[in-house]
Amino acid sequence: MKRLVQDERPLVAIMVDGDSISARAGDPLATALALAGRLRLRASPNAGAPRGAFCHMGVCQECLLHVDGALRQACLTPVRAGMAVELRGVP
Amino acid sequence: MTHDLIVLGAGPAGANAALAAAQAGLKVALLDEQDGAGGQVWRQPLPGLTGLPVSAEARSGDALRAEISASSVDLRLSRRIWSVGGRFRVDALGPQGNETVEAPSLIAATGAHERVVPFPGWTLPGVIGLAAATVLIKSQGVTPGRKVVVAGCGPLLVAVAAGILKLGGDVAGIVDLAGRRDWLAALPSLATQPELLGRGLGWAVKIGAGRVPVYFGHAVKAAQGEHALERIVIAPVGRDGAYASGPDITLETDALCIGHGLVPGAEVTKLLRAEHRFDRLRGGFVPVLDAYGRTTVERLLACGDGAGLRGAIIAEQAGRLAGLAAAHDAGVVPADRFAQIADPILAAISRARPFSDAMAGIMALRPAQVAAIAPETVVCRCEDVTRGEIDAAHEAGAHDLNQLKHFTRCGMGPCQGRMCGDVAAELLASKVGSREQAGYWTGRPPLRPVPFDALMGAFDYSDIPIPEPAPL
Repeated sequence: MKRLVQDERPLVAIMVDGDSISARAGDPLATALALAGRLRLRASPNAGAPRGAFCHMGVCQECLLHVDGALRQACLTPVRAGMAVELRGVP
Repeated sequence: MTHDLIVLGAGPAGANAALAAAQAGLKVALLDEQDGAGGQVWRQPLPGLTGLPVSAEARSGDALRAEISASSVDLRLSRRIWSVGGRFRVDALGPQGNETVEAPSLIAATGAHERVVPFPGWTLPGVIGLAAATVLIKSQGVTPGRKVVVAGCGPLLVAVAAGILKLGGDVAGIVDLAGRRDWLAALPSLATQPELLGRGLGWAVKIGAGRVPVYFGHAVKAAQGEHALERIVIAPVGRDGAYASGPDITLETDALCIGHGLVPGAEVTKLLRAEHRFDRLRGGFVPVLDAYGRTTVERLLACGDGAGLRGAIIAEQAGRLAGLAAAHDAGVVPADRFAQIADPILAAISRARPFSDAMAGIMALRPAQVAAIAPETVVCRCEDVTRGEIDAAHEAGAHDLNQLKHFTRCGMGPCQGRMCGDVAAELLASKVGSREQAGYWTGRPPLRPVPFDALMGAFDYSDIPIPEPAPL
């Protein structure tokens, strides 16, 4: 994934499974993670298969992860400086 | 009652319904899950980005948003509607926690979501919906990958490919389920809306100039990769959507955008037990409506793609009609005035119908494509339920969609059956005889998943007042 327009929003640091990643404040978290090369957000509950954001509009629930300890949809959660993100079941 | 009318969904249909009703004098609450009005089709761009290509959709969205701000409509954004009950009470989770609105009339304008007919590997990260791609392109200025393949059917296919090229991205191929013949057959109907046809041809020119290979009459057979998408295999299909004989082609890609039409999100009218009927052209089970959008439940109306796919142009008009009908039923618009405003709108809807029907026809679900799903393919993404398990459940006695859910957990996961429902119903229908026999999932609250912590808010146990024990 790549942004092809000019972005004037400030770059902020967020923590993803303990790693610091830089992201644009206000970007949907799912987009920010994909731009940082993190497409795999969780493992499916039964088969343990890799999953990532699919609908980008809040319907499919594939991008569920933990933000500051609470379960959130990454595509509907705007990036905030210092947010702590935990992916689910991704080694 | 907090309001005279509640409108759910601030896309072209809902926003116009709210505006029409407010103009007639009703006190209207307009709720939407997104943080800007316009729906998915006229979605608001993220603030802080410069250089996003200005499209006709962006202009329509801006005009609508300006009209709402200038009106008396009580617009409530970032609200996740999770319960609709009574006559009528709506509970929504917003930035300040749960809130309740009540009104004697309700208009459901909840829009549509994407249908993707499953194939091996469609669950891999890097595979996204076509509508998902429009969100990334139009409002976020992002291309889904370095080498994107766009696949499926319908107008979104060309819109997404052209959108990526316009941003300056690279499209490695377009895989269109429809053949050249299907598009030619639709052409006379499409020509009834010259502006929209012109927009489509503009996209086609862009794609031609970008020298993008177009595979007409092809479908994605498999997506492959270890942890994320690396390549896809495509194969020719017949007009019915089933695989035809012909060589497989492998395309290297890091992003596949795929969609096979849209499904009306009619959850609110189902929840309130309005009568529904199956309409393949309109995308699935849709509420039974009169010409103005009234459902079979008193003072409950529906409009826009959530009440049957007809596209944004008709959605605007149908929204106006529904808002006006709600105002008329509330007694604030006399019958002669109602007819005077409604008749030209009805005429405009009939004029737009051939175009809308042709588009809906190209996007409608092809039963043979569903029949061709391999047994080991995952159909329900949330619960990892395969086609083989669905077939086995039918053998074991699951004869309608609710039974299938109980047998297999298909549709029981957090998406609540939105992603798999239409395809699961089609699979079952092929065994039990019809979509009517297969039925649809019973609507139940919560309409969308809501986190308990967000509903409860922050509190301390010691702050909870504990009543004195009763005297012995």
